[in-house]
Amino acid sequence: MQVDDKLIDKLAHLSRLEFENEAKEEIKKDLNRILSFVEKLNELNTDNVEPLVYMTDEVNVLRDDEVKQTITQEEALKNAPKRDSDYFRVPRVVEKK
Amino acid sequence: MTEKYEAVIGLEIHIQLNTLSKAYSSDSTEFGNLPNTNVSVISLGHPGTLPMANKKVIESAVKLGLACKCHITEFNGYARKNYFYADLPKGYQITQDKTPICTGGYITIKNKEGKEKRIHLTRIHMEEDAGKSIHDQDPFDTLIDLNRAGVPLLEMVSEPEIKSGEEAYQYVTEVRKLVRYLEICDGNMEEGSMRCDANISIMPKGSKVFGTKVEVKNMNSIRNVQRAIEYEIKRQAELLERGEKIKQETRSFDAVAGTTFSLRSKEGADDYRYFPEPDLQPVIVTDEYKQKIKSLLPPLPDELFKKYTEDYKLSSYDAGVLTESKEIALYFEELCKHCSNYKAAANWVMGDIKSFLNERALHINNFPLAPKVIASLIRLIEEGKVSHSAASQKIFPILIENPAKSPLEIAQENNLIQESNANSILPMIEEVIAKYPEKVEAYRAGKKGLLGLFVGEVMKLSKGKADPKMTNQLVREKLES
Repeated sequence: MQVDDKLIDKLAHLSRLEFENEAKEEIKKDLNRILSFVEKLNELNTDNVEPLVYMTDEVNVLRDDEVKQTITQEEALKNAPKRDSDYFRVPRVVEKK
Repeated sequence: MTEKYEAVIGLEIHIQLNTLSKAYSSDSTEFGNLPNTNVSVISLGHPGTLPMANKKVIESAVKLGLACKCHITEFNGYARKNYFYADLPKGYQITQDKTPICTGGYITIKNKEGKEKRIHLTRIHMEEDAGKSIHDQDPFDTLIDLNRAGVPLLEMVSEPEIKSGEEAYQYVTEVRKLVRYLEICDGNMEEGSMRCDANISIMPKGSKVFGTKVEVKNMNSIRNVQRAIEYEIKRQAELLERGEKIKQETRSFDAVAGTTFSLRSKEGADDYRYFPEPDLQPVIVTDEYKQKIKSLLPPLPDELFKKYTEDYKLSSYDAGVLTESKEIALYFEELCKHCSNYKAAANWVMGDIKSFLNERALHINNFPLAPKVIASLIRLIEEGKVSHSAASQKIFPILIENPAKSPLEIAQENNLIQESNANSILPMIEEVIAKYPEKVEAYRAGKKGLLGLFVGEVMKLSKGKADPKMTNQLVREKLES
């Protein structure tokens, strides 16, 4: 798999990042290097191997439907870059109409 | 023009579950609290926090699946659906992708003529709600309230087997009835605890190739689901007639104008980069668990409808009214345990009891009379001890004020026991006949309409206590002898 400008643009959009000129060339190189490194895994035959998703064999780790108040409103809002007394504030998400 | 085309409609319904705590964390789901108070470090998406699944969500999903005759998935994994939006703190929604908890199954709808049709389900899966974005309170900022972030949802996806707005209306009505019977969701579309998106396309009649589909959102009542679909079918047909193409897009319903408008194009298909959620261990649904949940299911509206029409021989209209809400159906069920005159029982529930509840804006759970009491009132009528009108107009209102008394006591105290003894009615009939000799002649000469006059006179003499049915019969016998 080759990382080209089109793929960089797509990934940049999906991750809400911007890469221009030099930065774009650099990230392209980086990603290509990472891919070729990971491609080494293709040397192994994994035909009958299930992907490993879970680190333990535990199943049905469930909790009862009980309410626990663990933090206050003030604590919830504390680390926000922008807030008021009740809400998180973010740049206006424009709704077309 | 729309006759040339047929519509292909699939519905996605989001069912907000009425659990006390959220899907993957213990913060409250209570509606109407101050913004950003029903939150925890997990629902806020703080780094290093781990979700833990709520038992009740799985129970609700299995209940709904069993009620819809779905296949229940044994091995349930969770997945991350990745997208950026300010009201999604983690940057992904925890949902299910490859292993939805229910697959297959169906919802039965009835069209206007009472004909049944099955709308099959593709899947039902478990996921979580996002927070709420408020765009109209500040000119520069969007305000974010995360109280709803992480509230559990079931998403129910139908096959594209719905053909019209009317069928969609029936389908959503049935789903709402079902989640209310199961008590897993309050089914309130106006408040958003049940939300419906429609995928709509049209194609020339008889075609096998589906047209381009348009997704319509923001229909906040069942009636609006129907209106939006009907408008959209018309809009698409007009476009095709003009030789234009349908754009693949997401549209929103404008309830005031009754139209839809474009929200966003779907041409560059969304890339959600689903992958397995490694922070939640899989959930195994065993046969034993399914059996346990099955034993907890209440009687379902479909089964009750069938019982009422087939076993109780009630009309489908009556059965429909009686099964509309679970509480009414359960009251009727209890009543039928004490009364085998099902038609009379149905009439009392749908007539006197329902109008009393409507008048007082009461819920059946607050109705003062036990089904057993209504059953004994019906029995009084059947035994001929009181007339139907006395039961309905006199005894019933007094009973409601005196729920501890029996209908018989009230009938006796108020002198409402009717004469159903021929020996006491006959002398009154003799009296009436003697009073109107010329009318008797006229009756015997063929003026049969005069029967009512005689019966009325006897009723008057008895002060309304003569059994009208018996009086009728005795008067006729007497006149024709």
